[in-house]
Amino acid sequence: MNTAGIAFSVLQGLAYVLLAPLLLGWVGKVKATLQNRRGAGVLQPARNVYKLLGKETRVAHTASPLFRITPYVVFVATLLAAAIVPLLATNLPSAAVADIIVVAGLLGLARFFLALAGMDVGTAFGGMGASREMMVSSFAEPALLMAVFTLAWSAHSTNLAGIIDHQLSDARLLPSMLFALASLVLVAVAETGRIPVDNPSTHLELTMIHEAMILEYSGRHLALLEWAAQIRLMLYGALIANIFFPWGIATRPSLLALAMGMAAIVGKLLILGAGLALSETVAAKMRFFKTPIFLSLAFLLALIGLLSHVILESGG
Amino acid sequence: MSGEVIQSLILILAALVLFASFVQISRERLLPAIHAFAWQGALVAVVTGLIAATGHVPGLYFSAALTFLLKALLIPWLLHRLVRHLKLARHREPLGHPILTVVLAVALVIFSYWLVLPIVAHSLSSTRNILAISLAVVLLGLLMMVVRSQAVAQVLGFMSMENGLFLAAVSATQGMPLVVELGVAFDVMVAAVLFGVFFLELGEGGELHNVDRLNRLDETRDGDL
Amino acid sequence: MNALSNGFWPVVLTVYTPLLGIFVLALIGRAQRAGWVNVGCAGVSFAASIWLAWAYTVHGDIVAAGLRIDALNISLVVLNALVGLSTALFSRTYMLEMLSTRLSGARGVHGLRLYNSLFQAFLFTMLLALTTANLGVLWVAVEGCTLSTVLLVSLYRTPEALEAAWKYFMLCGVGIALALFGTVLVYFAAQHVLPNPAQGLNWSVLYTHRKQFEPTVMIIAFVFVLVGYGTKVGLVPMHQWLPDAHSEGPTPVSALLSGLLLNVALYAVLRIKLLVDGALAGTPSAHLAGHLLIGFGLVSLLVGALFLHRSRDIKRLFSYSSIGHMGMITFGFGLGGPLATFAALLYMIVHSLTKSAVFITVGHATHIAGTQTIDHIRGLIRTQPKVGWTLLIAVVALAGFPPFGLFTSEFLLLGATMHRAPLLAIVLLPGMAITFAGLFRHVQRMVYGPVPAGQTPVRANLWPVYVQMALVLWLGLTIPTLLAHWLGQATALVAGAPLP
Repeated sequence: MNTAGIAFSVLQGLAYVLLAPLLLGWVGKVKATLQNRRGAGVLQPARNVYKLLGKETRVAHTASPLFRITPYVVFVATLLAAAIVPLLATNLPSAAVADIIVVAGLLGLARFFLALAGMDVGTAFGGMGASREMMVSSFAEPALLMAVFTLAWSAHSTNLAGIIDHQLSDARLLPSMLFALASLVLVAVAETGRIPVDNPSTHLELTMIHEAMILEYSGRHLALLEWAAQIRLMLYGALIANIFFPWGIATRPSLLALAMGMAAIVGKLLILGAGLALSETVAAKMRFFKTPIFLSLAFLLALIGLLSHVILESGG
Repeated sequence: MSGEVIQSLILILAALVLFASFVQISRERLLPAIHAFAWQGALVAVVTGLIAATGHVPGLYFSAALTFLLKALLIPWLLHRLVRHLKLARHREPLGHPILTVVLAVALVIFSYWLVLPIVAHSLSSTRNILAISLAVVLLGLLMMVVRSQAVAQVLGFMSMENGLFLAAVSATQGMPLVVELGVAFDVMVAAVLFGVFFLELGEGGELHNVDRLNRLDETRDGDL
Repeated sequence: MNALSNGFWPVVLTVYTPLLGIFVLALIGRAQRAGWVNVGCAGVSFAASIWLAWAYTVHGDIVAAGLRIDALNISLVVLNALVGLSTALFSRTYMLEMLSTRLSGARGVHGLRLYNSLFQAFLFTMLLALTTANLGVLWVAVEGCTLSTVLLVSLYRTPEALEAAWKYFMLCGVGIALALFGTVLVYFAAQHVLPNPAQGLNWSVLYTHRKQFEPTVMIIAFVFVLVGYGTKVGLVPMHQWLPDAHSEGPTPVSALLSGLLLNVALYAVLRIKLLVDGALAGTPSAHLAGHLLIGFGLVSLLVGALFLHRSRDIKRLFSYSSIGHMGMITFGFGLGGPLATFAALLYMIVHSLTKSAVFITVGHATHIAGTQTIDHIRGLIRTQPKVGWTLLIAVVALAGFPPFGLFTSEFLLLGATMHRAPLLAIVLLPGMAITFAGLFRHVQRMVYGPVPAGQTPVRANLWPVYVQMALVLWLGLTIPTLLAHWLGQATALVAGAPLP
């Protein structure tokens, strides 16, 4: 690959870093509008991160070095995962490692460190949050993998770029795709800590999951963790948008195509974000113990997607 | 709509029929399960209608309408009424072994697929792949009758078996002759009414919630009148 | 008009008189009159079946009004009508007695009306299943049998009766659903072969083209059909409903269940087996259907024989005997070949006659003793010699003693087994011996033994039993030419070769 390709890859990673806070801001803005509030501006999450970066960082005296390195590990792992998910174009140099198993692995690594750090300080909330996070992910990951396998089976590849190319070349309305999409949406909602699984805007101690784990963080550390969470939201958004609705993504590394791809993905993410805001307005957070039911539905959907791929689409 | 879009629509609906079977098995409460059953009936009716349209089989329109009336409206309505009449709406029956049940269910789906492979190999019709789905729906209905001990839930299993059978007839052979379909529909309706009678009787004895309690009859029992 | 003249009226009268009876009897509230109307409907049907037999002998196969009479079902139709009539005669007096005992109360009269109407429904669906030319209608009719008998089994509304009916409904409902799937598969196989696919369920059309059907599809179809209808035949392990339904339902219903319904279900299996055998001929698995029948048959024989010993309820005792006998018959059809097939066909007829006679007698015995518990039924021969002796003789016939008809058929079957598969006789003989011992162990104590207190004679109408036992005796001594002719034709149809 030429240097232009590498430059585009870096550009794509940067796009994630810069656009992620805006996406969250957009979701918050739409949600506020739907709830008849004026709400904060789209830039508010970005401002929060900027402000936190400048604040003093305090660390509990019981904390181990693990607690200090976790924000960096989480941020880097999430960013790496995001950078390989095709956002603007499919045939970038990063496509070579853009395997969906790698993405899942990197996200798992981030979560692992976050859970360890949550327990590290020894407060009750951190431990509770960590155990809840682990429980959610233990239900979400099988569903995620099952949905991924359904896609991979159709495309004969677990490479994201390969899957997207397959979707572009052979776009048909297939039951397995619909079920995989439904499953992946549910998983994404759970993994990014949105309603109805977790509520990102609450500090009510009995219900929080993600917030409970990062309760002891402050300043720069907190900024990195929040930024990572925003990137993760965007990552899932890009994943769903580009796999199931790949139209518009650049297949050639030319500037014009990239600009088209940019416009397309922004449009898709705006729609997805609005959809998320709408569903969060309509739905209430469910009891934590209902989460397994929610996620087993996701698993079931993915499973039926897989089965219907085998049964209904073989030899179509 | 072009033919290809209708074909994929039929496949999607068939997959949803299977999904409805899974939902019926996994619901703890009766009313959601009955709703899933009604949706399944409606889906089967729509599939029938679409097959009638693509295959130009006018007789199937009638079957579709009959199925819709019977499976999506009449029987669910009867069961709904019974559940409310017997005050079962809030009754919950958690599955004993949820994971095992799902594993079994998936195994049954795969088994159906394996079983019909040699059969569909001889067919050229575009709906042949649905045969596996319909056999799976039949077997899942059977599974539901095994894992559920609530009488109404067992009847739902029984009725969804009928849905699977109907789907099989429609997808494999574009429907049975009219006289047979009428007869089957009549039998299903009589069965539904009979079940209603049974519920009222069992409800008096309190065995409605747990049919496993129906175990009086065996070889160790005296036959005193 | 030509089509009408060849046996249209006898077929229609035989099959559809009970259909009319359903509605007429649903309207008659008076118990006395209803009993006679019930007998009348069964009588008209029987008389028409005799006429039908004559028409069949004169014209050969009859096709009319969607019904079809051939060598395989003519004898079963006459048998069905005959046993229907004798059971109707028995149930007239028996159910009147029950009206004042087990059916008492406000429910009684309604219960009896329901009973009479469903009795005719039961007869109608069985006759329809036997005579219909269409495999789909055959399924509808067999399902109709289930539906009509479910309410008959639960007639007494005791918790036990409800339980038996529920099990019966569920098991047979599931079974019959699988049979429908099998039927759909047959239709599927036929559609690729037949010039007019719309006729894909017409048995005689299917039979003409049977050799062209796709073997794999037919194998799978047969497994579904066998498990499905086999549930109704009472083949182990799908037999769980059978003893319950027999023990808790009214006795006339038990007589019809054992005597006729099991035959009808087996007949359905047989019809499909003929198609499957045709499709499989020449393939490596040519005898697959037969082997399946042999397996199910032998297991049923053994299980029936063993459970018979454990029974404490007289009606369960004889229902296990039915499982064993149906196992033998299934085995006979599975074995194939002219001799075994002939034996099995004869077996169906004599078993049906004997078993319904036994159940009618048992009905009187339980009425005398006031219980179905074997341990509490004693000294029937002293209390009411007529009933005691009849029970003894009927059981002797059932156990396969000469000179009764069951001896002939069992002997022929055993001979065929020795000839074709001598090793299987090792299973068959002990099974028969255990059944035999089990029956006598229980029955001789009920017939002889000291009379318990409070056991009084009842008004018993044993004429139907005498007639049936006389027929069984006759069939044991010699097979009438007409019947031998019919069975010979049926054997040629089923086994593919006439009797030597």
